[in-house]
Amino acid sequence: MLKNFIRYFISSLFFLALTSLSAKAEFKVGFVYVGPTGDHGWTFQHDEGRKAVEAAGMKATYVESVPEGADSERVIRQLAQSGHDIIFTTSFGYMDPTNKVAKDFPNVKFEHATGYKREHSNVSTYSARFYQGRTLLGHIAGNMTKTNTIGYIASFPIPEVIRGINAMTLAAQKVNPNIKTKIVWVFTWYDPGKEAEAAQALIDQGADIIMQHTDSTAPVQTAEKAGVWSFGQASDMQRFAPKSVLTSIIDDWAPYYVERSKAAKNGTWKQQDTWHGLQEGMVAMGPYNSALGAKLIAEVEQLQKDLASGKANSFTGPIYDQKGNIIVAEGSTADDGLLAGMSVYVKGVEGDIPQ
Amino acid sequence: MIFDISFIGVVIASIMASSVPLILAASGELITERSGVLNLGVEGMMIIGAISGFALMIVTGNLFIAIIGSMFAGIIISTIFGFLTQTLLTNHVATGLALTIFGIGMSAMLGKNFVGIPGKEFPVFFDNLSESIPFFGPILFGHSIIFYFAFILPFLTNYFLKKTKIGLMVRAVGDSPDSASNQGINVILVRYLCILYGGAMCGLAGAYLSMIYTPQWIENMTGGRGWIALALVVFSTWNPVRVLIGAMIFGGITILQLHMQALGLRIPVQFLSSLPYIMTIIVLVVISRDSRKIKLSTPSSLGKSFYKEK
Repeated sequence: MLKNFIRYFISSLFFLALTSLSAKAEFKVGFVYVGPTGDHGWTFQHDEGRKAVEAAGMKATYVESVPEGADSERVIRQLAQSGHDIIFTTSFGYMDPTNKVAKDFPNVKFEHATGYKREHSNVSTYSARFYQGRTLLGHIAGNMTKTNTIGYIASFPIPEVIRGINAMTLAAQKVNPNIKTKIVWVFTWYDPGKEAEAAQALIDQGADIIMQHTDSTAPVQTAEKAGVWSFGQASDMQRFAPKSVLTSIIDDWAPYYVERSKAAKNGTWKQQDTWHGLQEGMVAMGPYNSALGAKLIAEVEQLQKDLASGKANSFTGPIYDQKGNIIVAEGSTADDGLLAGMSVYVKGVEGDIPQ
Repeated sequence: MIFDISFIGVVIASIMASSVPLILAASGELITERSGVLNLGVEGMMIIGAISGFALMIVTGNLFIAIIGSMFAGIIISTIFGFLTQTLLTNHVATGLALTIFGIGMSAMLGKNFVGIPGKEFPVFFDNLSESIPFFGPILFGHSIIFYFAFILPFLTNYFLKKTKIGLMVRAVGDSPDSASNQGINVILVRYLCILYGGAMCGLAGAYLSMIYTPQWIENMTGGRGWIALALVVFSTWNPVRVLIGAMIFGGITILQLHMQALGLRIPVQFLSSLPYIMTIIVLVVISRDSRKIKLSTPSSLGKSFYKEK
């Protein structure tokens, strides 16, 4: 009896070891999403990137709607423990959890979106120059608004969001010095109810253009119902509001994800900080609504080309803050350092940044 | 611009729309609690109603079926609650909490395929009048039937409780189930019916959110409104008309804080967004000062299981 038992025990150990060896060999890519893939915005686009990774022949898994904070650390750790070789964490609030888990798993590569901490050599950061898209939005808004009021639904007062507000306002002011930017902070990336209410409040206050730095389609749908203009965020939202959406800022993560996953697989992965924009195609624009008119569309397309080539810049001086102090000198452009830490509004934005 | 009368009318209309789910859920829960049952599963029933209504709307394309279906879904969840608390005599609080957690998870699972699908247009009454008449136009016209129903419901509930025989039975069961039972009233049956009614109203409240207010389905979209509705029932001292006022206060502050932000007022945003909850607590505390009044209004058997004497 005992002899049989020992035999079976050892052979099953052997098989277990074999299977775990082969399980180890399979290359896996992990994705952590802050919202649902069905948001048709931010997370949707990241998931499109994941699909591209799978199309390139690599296995990918994802966990969606992971709240920022302690829960996210648990999820990232779980992915690292279950044999994922490279993990993409797709929200700013995952910054500390990502770095914390990276310390414990030196052989796993971590890619954190929109963050700035790279505390260990296996952590890279990446982001897109969304603000270039905002410049185009501002140019359009300055031309299209009749009430000179632009409504902006903002999520959290981090530099990325403030950059977007500023870039948009500067571009709109160039076209129309009288515009005002009204902002409502909803303190969430994804809450269609709150976003819709915020959009309605802005519309009631006279905004005839709605922009958002939140992830759902609720604001553009509210704008469509109210008959005002809007812009899609992170994904092409035109089918949700065909009359209202003038264009969308689209995040294209697919090429970056495929490139980094391949690098991790080949062993050529190195730590880096990536900040790509229109030039590299990480930021793209959705189709332009015909309501803009051929002349404006041609202008915007030219501006898009100029931003991509570097001929034009979203933050060319002189730029003043709300108090009138100069933050970018005449003739120069804001460098990446200033952009990454941007925490003041430019002149023309109404209200205070929440602390 | 802020003192423009038509702007004020539009804001009041959006406050009223925002308070509809609270009024519906709280009115339903009020009847349940008046019969002595403390159903903490309001949030769970609301969100199941939300996903059911939305899913039925997308699948069948028929709004009537979707609305009835959402009420039915609320009834199903509350039937589970009723069976557990009335027949199996489990603790009301624990059962209600468990059902809330269950409802939220279940709805997320059911709703997975419905995220991101835009909802169908819900018919409204007299839409053109809402734009042409200043101030009263947006308030009185251009709303769906559920909106109008929600604003009549508190008065109907009040009439039901005070002036009808069945309402008296409900109150009797809530205040003194033993005497009611001695009078020949089937306490368990009355409580079951009140629980089912509460479930139907909570389901309807959820459906309003997902079909008319947003209209979209997202995980956890009720966002704690069920808990606010529960608090409303208490701080209105179980009075239906006060429920209406309380719901308008909460809905009102939620909308007003957005407007205050948009106006660029220099009040910290975090304070503004916590204002609705703070106000609810303040009003609760103010009312609870008079403990005698609370004792008089509370259904005496609230939360206690009824053991039929053999």
